[in-house]
Amino acid sequence: MEQDISKEIDLSKFKEEVIKAYPPKVAKKRSKAIVYNDPENRPVIQANVRTVPGIITQRGCTYAGCKGVVLGPSRDIVNITHGPIGCGFYSWLTRRNQTRPDGPDDANFIPYAFSTDIGEKNIVFGGEEKLKQAIREAYELFHPKAIAIFSTCPVGLIGDDVHRVARQMTEEIGNGIIIFGFSCEGYRGVSQSAGHHIANNGLFKNLIGLDDTVEGKYKYRVNLLGEYNIGGDAFALEDLLERCGIELVATMSGNSTLQQFERAHTADLSLVMCHRSINYVATMLETAFGIPWVKANFIGSEATAKSLRKIGEYFGDIELKARIEEVIAEDQAKVKKALAEVYPKTKGKLAMLFVGGSRAHHYQELFNELGMRTLSSGYEFGHRDDYEGRRVIPTIQIDADSRNIEEITVTKDPTRYRERKTPEEIETLTKKGLEFNGYDGMMSEMKKGTLIIDDLSHYEMEKLIEMYHPDVFCAGVKEKYCVQKMGIPLKQLHNYDSGGPYAGFEGAINFYKDIEQVVCCTIWKQLKAPWEQKAYVEAEYVG
Amino acid sequence: MLLRHTTAKEIDRQALTINPAKTCQPVGAMYAALGIHGCLPHSHGSQGCCAYHRSALTRHFKEPVMASTSSFSEGSSVFGGASNLTQAIQTIFTVYNPDIIAVHTTCLSETIGDDLNSIVSKAQEDGLIPEGKKVIYCNTPSYVGSHVTGYSNQVAAMVKFFSKATPHKRNVINIVNGWMEPSDQREIKRLAKEMEARIIMFPDMTDSLDSPLTGKFEMYPKGGVTQADLIATGDSKFSIGLGPECIEDTCVKLDAKCHVKYDVVDIPIGLKATDRFIMSLSHHTGLPVPDSITDDRGRLLDMVADNSKYLYGKRVALFGDPDTLVPLVEFLVSLDMKPVYVVTGTESKYFNERMKEILKDIPEAKYKSGGRSDTFLLHQWIKQEGVDMIFGNTYAKYIARDENIPLIRTGFPIADRPGHNFFPVTGYVGATNLVIQILTGFLDKQDRTCLEEKVEFQM
Repeated sequence: MEQDISKEIDLSKFKEEVIKAYPPKVAKKRSKAIVYNDPENRPVIQANVRTVPGIITQRGCTYAGCKGVVLGPSRDIVNITHGPIGCGFYSWLTRRNQTRPDGPDDANFIPYAFSTDIGEKNIVFGGEEKLKQAIREAYELFHPKAIAIFSTCPVGLIGDDVHRVARQMTEEIGNGIIIFGFSCEGYRGVSQSAGHHIANNGLFKNLIGLDDTVEGKYKYRVNLLGEYNIGGDAFALEDLLERCGIELVATMSGNSTLQQFERAHTADLSLVMCHRSINYVATMLETAFGIPWVKANFIGSEATAKSLRKIGEYFGDIELKARIEEVIAEDQAKVKKALAEVYPKTKGKLAMLFVGGSRAHHYQELFNELGMRTLSSGYEFGHRDDYEGRRVIPTIQIDADSRNIEEITVTKDPTRYRERKTPEEIETLTKKGLEFNGYDGMMSEMKKGTLIIDDLSHYEMEKLIEMYHPDVFCAGVKEKYCVQKMGIPLKQLHNYDSGGPYAGFEGAINFYKDIEQVVCCTIWKQLKAPWEQKAYVEAEYVG
Repeated sequence: MLLRHTTAKEIDRQALTINPAKTCQPVGAMYAALGIHGCLPHSHGSQGCCAYHRSALTRHFKEPVMASTSSFSEGSSVFGGASNLTQAIQTIFTVYNPDIIAVHTTCLSETIGDDLNSIVSKAQEDGLIPEGKKVIYCNTPSYVGSHVTGYSNQVAAMVKFFSKATPHKRNVINIVNGWMEPSDQREIKRLAKEMEARIIMFPDMTDSLDSPLTGKFEMYPKGGVTQADLIATGDSKFSIGLGPECIEDTCVKLDAKCHVKYDVVDIPIGLKATDRFIMSLSHHTGLPVPDSITDDRGRLLDMVADNSKYLYGKRVALFGDPDTLVPLVEFLVSLDMKPVYVVTGTESKYFNERMKEILKDIPEAKYKSGGRSDTFLLHQWIKQEGVDMIFGNTYAKYIARDENIPLIRTGFPIADRPGHNFFPVTGYVGATNLVIQILTGFLDKQDRTCLEEKVEFQM
């Protein structure tokens, strides 16, 4: 029986209250992005549409989604930002993507920012020559295996063709170097999301499938897609899969290398963590090479166990399944112990989550385990399918902003397509509860009556806090100190503040401890000075 | 090694910037606008610019940094951003209700040639700007100059839109702030107060980017220079500008517009720059320097004299902005240290000329400003011949760790340590703070790494 949260806390006035403040047209638009959930009968939510100019939004741009999110975490590609200095500067080490080179001689360009730093002359006369020279210099200094070029707003406007430059420079430098470009100008699309899509296309066109080598210790081979190793999440999952005897072919893109992208097509199953940012590659891997994908979630102890069991079920090997159960049993014992210590302190507390394209959903698992309730949640750059489930994809209207994002046509690879499972096997597995190519969205797992808000504005955030006083608010760095000035702790779920890993069993334990600290921190009770307290004021001045 | 690909071998780079020692104009404009009371900075461009600038400033100050954006789409990039800005103005005044919107451009809106003057005038004519409210603007193309240029352009816009001369000059001195921390500005205010000088300080980030935790979020904190004070800058009898690259342009414009004469001095970091600032303030206010300030100075000298042996001859590398580096390098020289490598990504004649003069007795010193003057180059120099200490923002940490040298965090952004918005580096007190940090850096390293028998109880 679904518990109706609105019976305990009256959320019903929120929408009415908040849209009052907007000019009529804005109110009309925002009201479609604020819905009350019903998991059985999911409401339509407006998502992936333009933010109204002037609204203070959490969102960033396409460049950030492409260079910052998807390509940024990979360590051995020299990523050159083609544009004025800012874009490269702001995406330099700011996302906490950790990486662990194999040895002292291994390439690691993550601590570096490369930019063409174009000036006024380039805006007038074009920047292609400067870009070419920058590539020559990068090669001379570092001899990387690959160089990627990222376009910023002015580059697109002045008509620099980064793809042509990439082709020319590949030829000029030779030596097997891979050079490729991304048209990820910041004005494309409506958020980072367009950048994810552009990055996915680029990975598929330029890297995936370049190397057919099959190597590794284990027979069962998977890709981990949409895992960016923030705070070491990918390390935790690498370790977990290793202990289960599962070969990790490619992670996209946390702690990854070029070689992983090149060999991703040799895996037999793709696990999709962040659906929003990587579902395109997952689908392309299936279409071209026959690798099915399942939605996985390693955020939360129960979710992690469930995702591991999915892998076991898929490969159907009794030994593998037994090994997975051993690992789950061993780790969950630790989880249980950690949870028991924290649970009395966190139980019943209220959370709100407004981040990303998957975390606002997945982190609810961890809060549930802590006995905390999510009153309200939403994505910064999700699409309707991330809320309502993939089944609504055919009904999503493609607007002008989405139409501008290149859709690449992928066909069966003539020689390398290999059916991993027969249709009959897929059917049997589906009956066993394994859902292929599916994601049921955030709404399916949120309580009836909870508030779901897409592209939350600053004003709406203030109102949420003012009206409902959550015990913890989860968002990003821009929101952090606004919320905390209101006396409510904010946990960053983009970069985890300085925490993590939060993925897997190990991560769950870390998260429990960090949330314990957040909700038990006592400084919030000291906001009023003794002389500001009511009793004192009355005693001193009344009568 | 963190920066494992950095080697001593320099090549003649013409096009590739690596690990920059600068960022782009709009973030400077956003920062400066936060020094006006009741003002919402507005970024006219793609959403990402605004998000990046807010994030960068937030990580540095650990404070709310509010700003809005025109949220350009591909359509606006083709047809112009006028309708985006018009709608933004309406939305902002309705929902967020600032007294002032300070619009700055981005590389996107500059490349397509949006004319802010005509867009804002039209909005005014159409009654979209409520009575008593104001929309100011400046051009900050990211492909020209650096964050310093953006700061300068935003401060100059304050004069353009507010300063007014009436027939009555007032016995007030304008202090025009270059890029400093709120703590640095607070210290300068304190010095002026000690001297009993009447000042208008702008921009003013005190109580704006160092606000207390009270349980209430103030979208427009109590700090910031008020509109009334900005208007009154035109009636002040004199301006003292701190930091030529950031504010000389503003002083010149205020003089041209309202006939307020000016003196541009270095930001008062260190002994000599503070001496010059105090002299200028005393001279132009006609007020004597009180003993309390002379005592501050004496305490600084006392500490330097006591600890000179730890400072003498130490080789230092620095990167940052011209206005901060010039007085800082000068201070290190006055501590008998050797600032041997200095870079700034901001092209600056002021920097080049002053470095030449300040470093004339250190023949091994190298310095560079502008294109490809980046921290990669600085690190290459360090690889060629080592240094004992590095000064820079948080990105210097990666060099400091690889080279095992102490780091003194200065500049922007400092994302990994608190304190920079509490403890000033300006004035004699700030200089003392700096000396303490330098000594702590050296002595902590010595304590941690020296042989056990060499550990000293007294240092």
